[in-house]
Amino acid sequence: MTESNNPLMPQGSRELPLVDIREGSFGVRGSGDTSGFGGLVRRIYLPPAAQRPLPGWFEDVVAALEQSLAARDKNPAEVLERVVVDRNELSINVQRQHIKTVMQILRDEPRLKFEMCMGVSGVHYPEQTDAELHAVYHIRSMTHNRQIRVETTAPDTDPHIPSTVDVYPTNNWHERETYDFFGIIFDGHPGLTRIEMPDDWVGHPQRKDYPLGGVPVEYKGATIPAPDQRRMYSR
Amino acid sequence: MTTENLIFETANEGQETSSGRVYTLSGGDWDQVKAAPTGEAERVVVNMGPQHPSTHGVLRLIVELEGETVTEVRPAIGYLHTGIEKNLEFRTWTQGVTFVTRMDYLSSFYSETAYCLAVEKLLGITDDIPNRATVVRVMLMELNRISSHLVALGTGGLELGALTAMFLAFREREIVLDLYELITGLRMNHAFIRPGGLAQDLPPDAIAKIREAIPRIRTGFKDTENLLVGNSVWMARTKDVGVLNLDGCLALGVTGPTLRSTGFAWDLRKTNPYCGYETYDFEIPTVDTSDTYGRFLIRLAEMEQSLQIVEQCLNRLEPGPVMVGDKKIAWPAQLSIGGDGMGNSLEHIKQIMGTSMESLIHHFKLVTEGFEVPAGQVYQAVESPRGELGVHMVSDGGTRPYRVHFRDPSFTNLQAVPAICEGGQVADLVAAIASIDPVMGGVDR
Repeated sequence: MTESNNPLMPQGSRELPLVDIREGSFGVRGSGDTSGFGGLVRRIYLPPAAQRPLPGWFEDVVAALEQSLAARDKNPAEVLERVVVDRNELSINVQRQHIKTVMQILRDEPRLKFEMCMGVSGVHYPEQTDAELHAVYHIRSMTHNRQIRVETTAPDTDPHIPSTVDVYPTNNWHERETYDFFGIIFDGHPGLTRIEMPDDWVGHPQRKDYPLGGVPVEYKGATIPAPDQRRMYSR
Repeated sequence: MTTENLIFETANEGQETSSGRVYTLSGGDWDQVKAAPTGEAERVVVNMGPQHPSTHGVLRLIVELEGETVTEVRPAIGYLHTGIEKNLEFRTWTQGVTFVTRMDYLSSFYSETAYCLAVEKLLGITDDIPNRATVVRVMLMELNRISSHLVALGTGGLELGALTAMFLAFREREIVLDLYELITGLRMNHAFIRPGGLAQDLPPDAIAKIREAIPRIRTGFKDTENLLVGNSVWMARTKDVGVLNLDGCLALGVTGPTLRSTGFAWDLRKTNPYCGYETYDFEIPTVDTSDTYGRFLIRLAEMEQSLQIVEQCLNRLEPGPVMVGDKKIAWPAQLSIGGDGMGNSLEHIKQIMGTSMESLIHHFKLVTEGFEVPAGQVYQAVESPRGELGVHMVSDGGTRPYRVHFRDPSFTNLQAVPAICEGGQVADLVAAIASIDPVMGGVDR
């Protein structure tokens, strides 16, 4: 979600992706708060968009991608939502309707040459309204020995992302897995069926609203609740 | 129409139904079968697995055959799915190691190291990991490459009927597993490598034991080599079988020995070094045959290279800590063996229970809550025996992972099965799959 009108953010700061909103100070939920910190609200954000020019070869990659997009009559500012450099890794967030074009350019453009895709990983961010579902592609260039991340999003209400199997055939199983676990529908996939779960399974298990499940276990007279029912200390 | 009539009738001429012509065989009709329409090849769909000794674990193959020729094969997976990625989201960062070590159970140290390197990258402490911990990680990974390749060779031989190869390979693997047991306490599922370093230091006699084991392992390799390299029966079964060229590997995302069998020396230890691999002296063996025999040769050569790396590790080991110095991340005490098994050392318990309330609180907080990892996402890859093992890890700034995804090489490489098997024979199907060496624990996670 973009939080441009968030009062907690300083004026003029860049839009940030939200991960979670936490209340209180000690991470205790569902019990009376005696700490006095119950009114504390913290918003957790993922790293912000990077300032241009980017360090090192990151700038070359993004500039080459922008030029190729412009050559195909696409406006790079519209196609590329955000470029993030964090922990010495480059992430490019792409509008979902352009993901196939971007991947094609990244694979074929001589200055880019990302020949191999290391698959699709889904992430579910329930706090990011209208961008809850993320599909994350890690691609590797063996020619230039580089590795970057391409990310695209889809809202929960319309979980469609164009398939990249035509560009990277290896994504066939990876997209099936992401569909299976997150419910992202990859349009144009040659056979989008479940891969890990049984065919008649209901729901998509790795979404955040899907419970882990489990039963309470008795051990030496004490009962230990299922893992997702235990007290959580995460602040 | 009564049932009897139906059988009688269909046995004679077949019955048209909505799903096509149905034949019911009721015996004594060989003349009619022989007179079946010619020119139409006989096609049979055979289900192999999921419980089949030559499909390398719970892998199911749906094979369409024309005689002995495979015309279509579809791998079906998911029979060993255990939801490890989901489970990780409900445990602390340290507890996660116990889960990831169970994914690819033949190369656990790679999953552990990849996971821990990713956590360390998120924490920004990659450069603070003590040298001794990194050297031990490299040593364990290379020993693991040997034990994993030995299973690949052994079961590969077994599946092709070369039982002796299996006995020889498992004999040497036993030596390596004994070393694991000595170092970690377990023969598999070690959970020994932890975010920040190692669970504990090497036992006092470990270095001597490893030094003593290396020549035994090396001599053992020679037996396998003498048995199979250039063996005409083995070559007849593996040469020009399961061919996948470089284009195919890149398109299908295939890495590891299969990629290197096309002549492309792509190995993350050289191209994207981690754990200080750039400082070790070793080679990346390649062949240019792109076939099963080539992959077999590569595995043999890689095991020798791994032994050389282990020797270099032994020479580099210097006394020192095996856990990062940051007390907010490091487990409060090294484990030790007590009268009732492995646990916290008695000195540490004496300190936290008797003398230092601060230490007790600190221990309690770190063990129950765990440590926090700043929000962000990373991708960390290591070269496992099967190829690129990548971890995509997202943190929301809490004490548990927000999302961990393992890009397992077995999962991706298994996609190549139709490409390398269709058009070949059923018997070659088994050889080709053995040459990919998928481990279903890693495929299904």
